[in-house]
Amino acid sequence: MLEIEIDGKKLTVPQGSTVMDAAHSVGTYIPHFCYHKKLSIAANCRMCLVEVEKAPKPLPACATPVTDGMKVHTHSDMAKKAQAGVMEFLLINHPLDCPICDQGGECQLQDLAVGYGNSASRYQEEKRVVVGKDMGPLVSAEEMSRCIHCTRCVRFTEEIGGFQEIGMANRSEFSEILPFLGKTVDSEISGNVIDLCPVGALTSKPFRYSTRAWELSRRKSVSPHDGLGANLIVQVKGNQVMRVLPLENEEINECWIADRDRFSYEGLNSAERLQKPMIKHDGKWHEADWQTALEYVVKGLNGVSRDHGKDAIGVLASPHSTTEELFLAQKLARSFGVNNVDYRLRRSDFRADAAQQGALWLGSSIVDLASAKSVLVVGSTQRQEQPLLASRLRQAVKKGSELNVIHVADDALLTKLNAKLIVSPLALVNALAQVLKAVVAIKSGESAIDLAAVSVSAEAQRIAESLCGAESASVVLGNVAQHHPAFSELLSLAQEIARLSGARFGVLAEAANSVGAELVGAVPTRGVFGAAVSAGLDAQQMIAAPRKAYVLLNSEVEFDSYNPQAAVAAMKSAETVIALTAFKAEGLLDYADVLLPIAPFSETAGSFVNMEGRLQTFNGVVRPLGEARPAWKVLRVLGNMLGISGFEYTSVEEVRAEWQGKGDIAPSLNNVLASVSANVQPAATALVRVGEVPLYQADAICRRASSLQATRAAAVPVAHAAQSVLDAAGVQSGAVVVLKQGDGQVRVALEADATLPAGVVRLATAHPTTIALGGMFDPIEIKQG
Amino acid sequence: MAVFVNGVIFDGVDTAAADAWRLDAYVARGGYQALRKILDSKLPQEDVIAEVKNSGLRGRGGAGFPTGLKWSFMPRSFPGDKYVVCNTDEGEPGTFKDRDILRFNPHSLIEGMIIAGYAMGTKAGYNYIHGEVFAEYLRFEEALEEARKAGFLGQNILGTDFSFELYAHHGYGAYICGEETALLESLEGKKGQPRFKPPFPASFGLYGKPTTINNTESFASVPFIIRDGAQKFLEAGKPNNGGTKLFSVSGHVNRPGNYEIPLGTPFSTLLEMAGGMKDGKKLKAVIPGGSSAPILPAEIMMNCTMDYDSISKAGSMLGSGAVIVMNEDVCMIKALERLAFFYHEESCGQCTPCREGTGWLYRVIHRIANGQGRPGDLELLDSVGNNMAGRTICALADAAVFPVRSFTKHFRHEFEYAIEHGKTLVDHKWC
Amino acid sequence: MLSAQSLALIDREVAKYPADQKRSAVMGALRIALEERRSTGETPEARCLNQEVIEFVANYLEIPPVAAYEVATFYNMYDMKPVGKYKITVCTNLPCALRGGVNAAEYISHKLGIAIGETSSDGMYTLLEGECMGACGDAPVLLVNNHSMCSFMTSEAIDKKLAELK
Repeated sequence: MLEIEIDGKKLTVPQGSTVMDAAHSVGTYIPHFCYHKKLSIAANCRMCLVEVEKAPKPLPACATPVTDGMKVHTHSDMAKKAQAGVMEFLLINHPLDCPICDQGGECQLQDLAVGYGNSASRYQEEKRVVVGKDMGPLVSAEEMSRCIHCTRCVRFTEEIGGFQEIGMANRSEFSEILPFLGKTVDSEISGNVIDLCPVGALTSKPFRYSTRAWELSRRKSVSPHDGLGANLIVQVKGNQVMRVLPLENEEINECWIADRDRFSYEGLNSAERLQKPMIKHDGKWHEADWQTALEYVVKGLNGVSRDHGKDAIGVLASPHSTTEELFLAQKLARSFGVNNVDYRLRRSDFRADAAQQGALWLGSSIVDLASAKSVLVVGSTQRQEQPLLASRLRQAVKKGSELNVIHVADDALLTKLNAKLIVSPLALVNALAQVLKAVVAIKSGESAIDLAAVSVSAEAQRIAESLCGAESASVVLGNVAQHHPAFSELLSLAQEIARLSGARFGVLAEAANSVGAELVGAVPTRGVFGAAVSAGLDAQQMIAAPRKAYVLLNSEVEFDSYNPQAAVAAMKSAETVIALTAFKAEGLLDYADVLLPIAPFSETAGSFVNMEGRLQTFNGVVRPLGEARPAWKVLRVLGNMLGISGFEYTSVEEVRAEWQGKGDIAPSLNNVLASVSANVQPAATALVRVGEVPLYQADAICRRASSLQATRAAAVPVAHAAQSVLDAAGVQSGAVVVLKQGDGQVRVALEADATLPAGVVRLATAHPTTIALGGMFDPIEIKQG
Repeated sequence: MAVFVNGVIFDGVDTAAADAWRLDAYVARGGYQALRKILDSKLPQEDVIAEVKNSGLRGRGGAGFPTGLKWSFMPRSFPGDKYVVCNTDEGEPGTFKDRDILRFNPHSLIEGMIIAGYAMGTKAGYNYIHGEVFAEYLRFEEALEEARKAGFLGQNILGTDFSFELYAHHGYGAYICGEETALLESLEGKKGQPRFKPPFPASFGLYGKPTTINNTESFASVPFIIRDGAQKFLEAGKPNNGGTKLFSVSGHVNRPGNYEIPLGTPFSTLLEMAGGMKDGKKLKAVIPGGSSAPILPAEIMMNCTMDYDSISKAGSMLGSGAVIVMNEDVCMIKALERLAFFYHEESCGQCTPCREGTGWLYRVIHRIANGQGRPGDLELLDSVGNNMAGRTICALADAAVFPVRSFTKHFRHEFEYAIEHGKTLVDHKWC
Repeated sequence: MLSAQSLALIDREVAKYPADQKRSAVMGALRIALEERRSTGETPEARCLNQEVIEFVANYLEIPPVAAYEVATFYNMYDMKPVGKYKITVCTNLPCALRGGVNAAEYISHKLGIAIGETSSDGMYTLLEGECMGACGDAPVLLVNNHSMCSFMTSEAIDKKLAELK
């Protein structure tokens, strides 16, 4: 420990601390622009100059290491003169038109200029003009004359984003912040540069000039997208969400959010929002009042129940729904006598259900995952599925942890990998089995899984050594693994690897409330906190053997299902499809019969349980749009109208208290299967699809966020395959081909892609142009266009 | 037209001979004897460093830091790679000595760097060469090839277990890369933006490894020191100012060029060597150590001797030894304007005071030079300069401010006249 | 994008640095790319660095394109704007100015009928003002196409030189 005195205050700080760190620890504010706790130190703005006794000139607090006995003055004459001098330089070329700047009112430069600047400028020369840049649909770089060259944005893309997309070109006062010629900023977490920019140079393109910062109220919320559960500040004006910013939570999202978290709010205000109940009569949609619509629903459910039995009804709920909504949905169904309830629409393997002993989760806290010395990520298109977690794993690698990957594509993870196995989905089980076999050998252990047919590759050996050699390790299964037709086998293998190596294991929760859905029994085999239930059909069975009636909660089956072709066919064959939805979705208009407008997360109170099992509650930040109502209220009224008791809630807190009263979260989180099994035979060779969900197609809200939809990541999907696949099919890269699965086919360009293994065609699912196709990882045929 | 007078580096070099730079000619002049001496006698590393320390050799790039002391900062027991780097990014206006070393005696530098590599236990070195002297870069590459072929460079040098590789890296037009940490950044393939120190290159240099950076002339002096002994080098100069020094004399003299003379030689003698004032004009002022050094009026300069201490006492710096001579026809505002333009162009753009301040200084001086000066401009220049100097990562801001301070101090009347009358006092002629 | 010869030269640069430090070769690689474009380009636009070639070099060295662009724009000898067949850069910094550097630039400007910073309409010449080239003793000095330094450029020497640059 080192002793230091700051403005007369004595304190001790650890070796390696900077003066800035020391000042922060005693609450002394030192003005700064380029310094940011999560970025490397640039020491270029010079705003944090302070006086250090015995140093002949002022030193930058952000970069100056504390030495024992150091005495620092942050407000001495020397310090103040230096700071005022820097402020003057920052302002000479900065436009002094705060009233018309989008950043006005929330500008670090403006704030500090009040304290450190002069009232008049001594600079009488012509001011610099810098032309605007195009960074894409999310980040506006129109006003680059305002840039003060702190390079926070540059450092963010390089250090946190993983790839330097922004640079500072030229030199001297001609220095300019820009993306590469003709390129936009495409990082999935790019919007953070807006928060980092201390001035009005980089601003939010969708938000810009829509309102003034001081007119907004700030409300806390939780991201409704991936399973991380990023904490949000939702900013509201009137009854509209105007902007979303990160709410710092070091244990979850640190100070960042992904672009999906930040810009999806545009979907909340989209023209597709359903504002009134609607009923289809003779193929035509009509608006209805709530009473009429609910009576229609009740009549429909009673009718199907009477004519075909309760088992003819299926409930498909989205894991983006709140815990309270999911709890009530399963309660309503089961109370009514319907056991067919599932949230796992994209799952294709339910064989683990019988052996499952609790709610599937990450298997550790997010912090523990990020600090594990070795991590194996199995079947995850990481940057698409979990943009922020992927970034956090990159930071972990920088701090020395070993990242290993088993996946179906050699995606650019923008970090150093310790080892990787890139195989066809058909070989995924075998690949993970190789690691298990190597672990068994290293640990001289035994596994219940027969590994005789497995031969261990060098990379698998490296992965096993990494997991076994690390003092803390984690094996996690991503969406590709969870949606994979052999998920139960992958989970079994992960469990065995973890058991033998001492690693933790779990799943990367796909959606904001996947874990919540598991906990409150939105599955056909387990009730709330695992309570015994009469088993019903799982999501796949409900589609494979179509029901007569479906109740959809926030679900758009054409985008949310493992096999959209089959799911849409099932919907169309039903007598009635009842959709509780926030959107007048094209698909729903096609196959549903009644649409009940429910409130998205921003318009209702509720909770999500994130991947680490953390319950995060939130309140609505605005009133429901039009006649939309919180889904918990709709379900309550439906319960009443169906004559079911126990639906007398007056608040969402009562609903929450009820499910919470049935058990505790922590002991209910359990990935361990009662019995493990896997068929580890080397894969047969066949052409299969790799069909992941695109970044901005993951859920109903982001699908309708117009700026996200204008990004490169949201471009119409193109098919990719290894050159060998193209050769076998006799097509040139870029040629338009017909891809066929089951009864459906699509015409799409097929491009050669060296990052893909043999035997694979990669074409996104969950997109309007590909919903004619079948299963995400099922066989696929290429026909010449 | 390079002119040399006795000295150390250019001892015996016939600059008129086309092949004087080649290995054979160097060996014939006694080249690589120092290296042989070290390797034959297995001279301990610390003895080599001690010899350099004893020679009184001070960094010839401008700062004048004792070379031997710098070498002793390299961590001995560091387990990984270490580097020696030569700074031949000679772009300080007025300085052109290193170019002549590459042109006429590149092997002295190569040998000096090999010895440095030996003394500091490094396996590789780089010479960073100013992009504008590309012909010299190519020549240096050729000289390296000669040295490799002759067994002076590469694996198992001269059959010993000492191995050392040396490479040339060129700049491409950025003055700032003469700053040692900017040079390292540039060598790493980045913009030449100086690094904040600490950490210093001796602990965190090229690729984050311990690195020692010296000027071309410093390295090129080392073979003489080892071969002929520290004492002989020391005696060539004066106490605390050991050795000879290359002075690049430019401007209004009859024979501009490089003069390798003992430190402590009177300026008047150097001026005489350079053929005296061109066209018999009167000496007005001299910048004695490169454009960043404060200017000195003739009467002060004529009483100086050319060494670190004397020039420093007179209020300037010996710097890189670039002596810029100006006659009575030069308007000091115009001269300062050109230098201010240079620093404005060459600021790396990283630190606020330098990025913004160099442009501000230039614009104000430009106005004054063009009859648009305003009352208060001199105070403004002074104040802006004070807000720049010592407030940035590297010394470029200081380098931009020194000329402003010294020109406006020694020739204040010219500035005041221009501001008051809307025109310059001196009817300016460049030459 | 670049010739096999240029790629071989770039590989030679890459070999100077540790295997994991290919980035160090970016200055050399951009210089080599520029030389190829200068020698093969038929128009001023085709003689300078552009998006495609910078991106190619960046990808070749496995660095982000914007990082290569930063380098290309930081060092002023890389031509980022259309440039004549002969780019003439005259040093006008103080030591050179004292020996006729400014006069030389003005003389060339007058002779070619182009201002400093301009390219002649036939695409033959670009005239630029340069900063210190480290050859002040030879003033006036100028660079032709970055690499060919011409010393003691009096009016007569300039006449002779321009006559060669056809």
